[in-house]
Amino acid sequence: MRLTRRDALAVLAGLGVTGGAVSLTQFDPPTAESTGEGRGSDGERGGDGDADDTPPTAVRETMVAAGEVVYPSAAEGVSEFVETYVVGRTRDDSRRAAMVDAATELDDVARDWEGAAFADLPADDRDRLLRELGVDAADPVPDGTLSERLRFHVVNELLYAFYASPTGGRLVGIENPIGHPGGAESYRRATMDDPETTDSGGEGDG
Amino acid sequence: MDRSSVADADVCIVGAGPAGGLVAHRLAESGATVVVLEAGPRFDGDRREQLEQHVRPGLGGPWEMGGPRDAFSSTGESFYPLNAARVKGVGGSTLHWQGMVMRLHERDFELDARHGVGADWPIGYDDLRPYYAAAEREFGVAGAADNPYAPPRDEPYPLPAFRPSHSDSIFAEACERLGIDMHSVGNARNSEPYDDRSPCVGYGTCKPVCPSGAKYTAESHVEKAEAAGARVIDRARVRRLEHDEAGERVVAAAYTTPDGETHRQEATQFVLACGGVENVRLLLLSDSDRYPDGLANSSGAVGRYFMDHLFAGMGGRLDRPTRQNHVGFNTSECHQFYDDADPVNGLKLEFLNYAGPSPVIDALHADTWGDDLLDQLDESYGTHVSMGALVEQLPREDNYVGLDRETTDDLGDPVPEIHWSVDEQTEAALSRANEIQARVLDDLGVEDRWTVGPDETGPAYHHMGTTRMGDDPESSVVDAECRAHDLDNLWISGSSVFPTGGAMNPTLTIAALSLRLAESLRATLG
Ligand SMILES: Cc1cc2nc3c(=O)[nH]c(=O)nc-3n(C[C@H](O)[C@H](O)[C@H](O)COP(=O)(O)OP(=O)(O)OC[C@H]3O[C@@H](n4cnc5c(N)ncnc54)[C@H](O)[C@@H]3O)c2cc1C
Ligand code: SF4
Repeated sequence: MRLTRRDALAVLAGLGVTGGAVSLTQFDPPTAESTGEGRGSDGERGGDGDADDTPPTAVRETMVAAGEVVYPSAAEGVSEFVETYVVGRTRDDSRRAAMVDAATELDDVARDWEGAAFADLPADDRDRLLRELGVDAADPVPDGTLSERLRFHVVNELLYAFYASPTGGRLVGIENPIGHPGGAESYRRATMDDPETTDSGGEGDG
Repeated sequence: MDRSSVADADVCIVGAGPAGGLVAHRLAESGATVVVLEAGPRFDGDRREQLEQHVRPGLGGPWEMGGPRDAFSSTGESFYPLNAARVKGVGGSTLHWQGMVMRLHERDFELDARHGVGADWPIGYDDLRPYYAAAEREFGVAGAADNPYAPPRDEPYPLPAFRPSHSDSIFAEACERLGIDMHSVGNARNSEPYDDRSPCVGYGTCKPVCPSGAKYTAESHVEKAEAAGARVIDRARVRRLEHDEAGERVVAAAYTTPDGETHRQEATQFVLACGGVENVRLLLLSDSDRYPDGLANSSGAVGRYFMDHLFAGMGGRLDRPTRQNHVGFNTSECHQFYDDADPVNGLKLEFLNYAGPSPVIDALHADTWGDDLLDQLDESYGTHVSMGALVEQLPREDNYVGLDRETTDDLGDPVPEIHWSVDEQTEAALSRANEIQARVLDDLGVEDRWTVGPDETGPAYHHMGTTRMGDDPESSVVDAECRAHDLDNLWISGSSVFPTGGAMNPTLTIAALSLRLAESLRATLG
């Protein structure tokens, strides 16, 4: 099951974050979708702060590393998906600082306890670390304790992106999950449609 | 923003839900000077914020209900969760509503004459019939004329019905065998673009928020009223209606704004449209030497006969995919048993398209992640079905809304007291609904069954009966035009005027009555 940048954009669109693709190209290598124009200028991968609202690389790496743990093992393309989502999400000023803080603190804990960046730990250790911090049992609270904030800004942020996206939803049998404007037709079908032949973007087909 | 009162207003409307919004729009369009005072805020901007608040735990409710402003007491045998049952803001409770809309049946207007229970309306179905049609156009109701049990209608619905769901087709197999008729159900939701609003795009979160605008909310009529010249003042909490010395007319509505200032809005006519609980509270808070029991209350009926519809449900799991939670609304109901006489309470059945959990919401509450979580979601999603039902509760004097003078809100005003219980006759009707539901689910072979019956039931959040309509000023609060018997220029818009409430969701009837009220009120302005 392959996650794409497009999946992330669909979830972001559902959350009202649009126009994200433009700023993404500032640090993403060009893809088949974006090579149509301006490869030279747009295609370069920038460093930290190349766009004002782009979160630091370390944060994106921490989020990707967390995504690899909280997503099912069948998920591929996690890195591109999470990066796209995180960049789009942090364009919302009310979320940006809190997400950056939570991810940074998680990384700090990993360095303290495990002697390595969170993103550099083996997946099992990342999983264990999050559980040792009580993130699995914590209530998500945007301004709560560290484990509550990690639950809200890291784990639930990632789970929302995944299971509100058609590709994530498909894994459990729903291609038009709650929060995704997947049209007013899917509820009528007896089975999931074929993702190859259906536009699963945010336009709706109803 | 300037929240001061407007000079030379013809009409002051209190409350900006559908009952206030529709009246405001009609009157403003006719050239009247209209002011709307709304206690709650305008929820401007992107509805995605509310979407996220709904789906993600930890963010609080989408419509900011339940603070000190909204304090209440529930003193009856059954707890009444008032703040789950309403929204304060421009658009009123339709911000949160589901948007199922249907007309009352003919018998609902004459239940006493036909069956010796309830209280008859002073008007009949035929009086409301053209206003029902107009209300359907205002809401943009999607529906089809395939319901053999519906009251007569002259014209098609403004929009085509949403087609039946896959889940409906599963129920249809059983219903066919059992002789239970399924049909479409009216939805105040765009099946096609209508009134400059989007068609449904399947967010699946209709209740409490539709980010696409496909679901009708009364914001639409409030905006149109403003475009036609009405002034809408949000965060303006009306605390008292003042009357003239003779006690014949209301002269002003006193309201407090967020800066703590209190203003007086004078007008020629006043329309109360605060919903079935706050209408009562405002009348009782407006007591005076002339009216020691509250305004418009010489009958003593203000606050009495509080009714809601009761929910009965049953569900479980099948051994095949049921495709739930793609959309947040229903596409089929059954009104076959509505007019039955034993028990006499009206009853309608719903076939839910949102049975069981949604994977994304489950995931956000889970205590694990990764493959473990996927296994859990695989197990929890995919095979649920459920049926709902609404059951009528007949008016009883001992179900009432009053004031709790011991408890005050943040402005120091006594809060509403809801004294409510579910009587045995209603319980019998709930059991009857469960019986029919059980026949269907048995036939389908549904397992892991759960039931919401008389012991678990709860209200459907329809506040009716508390300022009942009637010809006799001794026993009713407003007349057939929704004008108070006691005060010439005070009108009440909303389901508080329903003498008997049937079992149909009330808001289409609220809208029809509002349009009729607007016409009558307009005639008095000359
Ligand atoms: C969860 C839910 C689902 C529902 N689903 C359906 C459905 O599917 N179908 C259906 O027909 N109905 C449904 N309803 C009911 C429907 O929302 C109401 O019938 C309808 O909104 C009532 O309209 P109204 O204008 O009378 O009152 P409201 O919509 O409640 O509006 C009243 C307004 O008055 C304001 N107000 C109150 N007091 C004051 C004051 N003192 N000063 C100034 N302003 C004041 C309030 O802030 C509010 O904005 C549902 C309700 C809820 C809560
Ligand atoms: S499913 Fe409901 S919330 Fe989604 S677009 Fe349709 S009406 Fe709106």
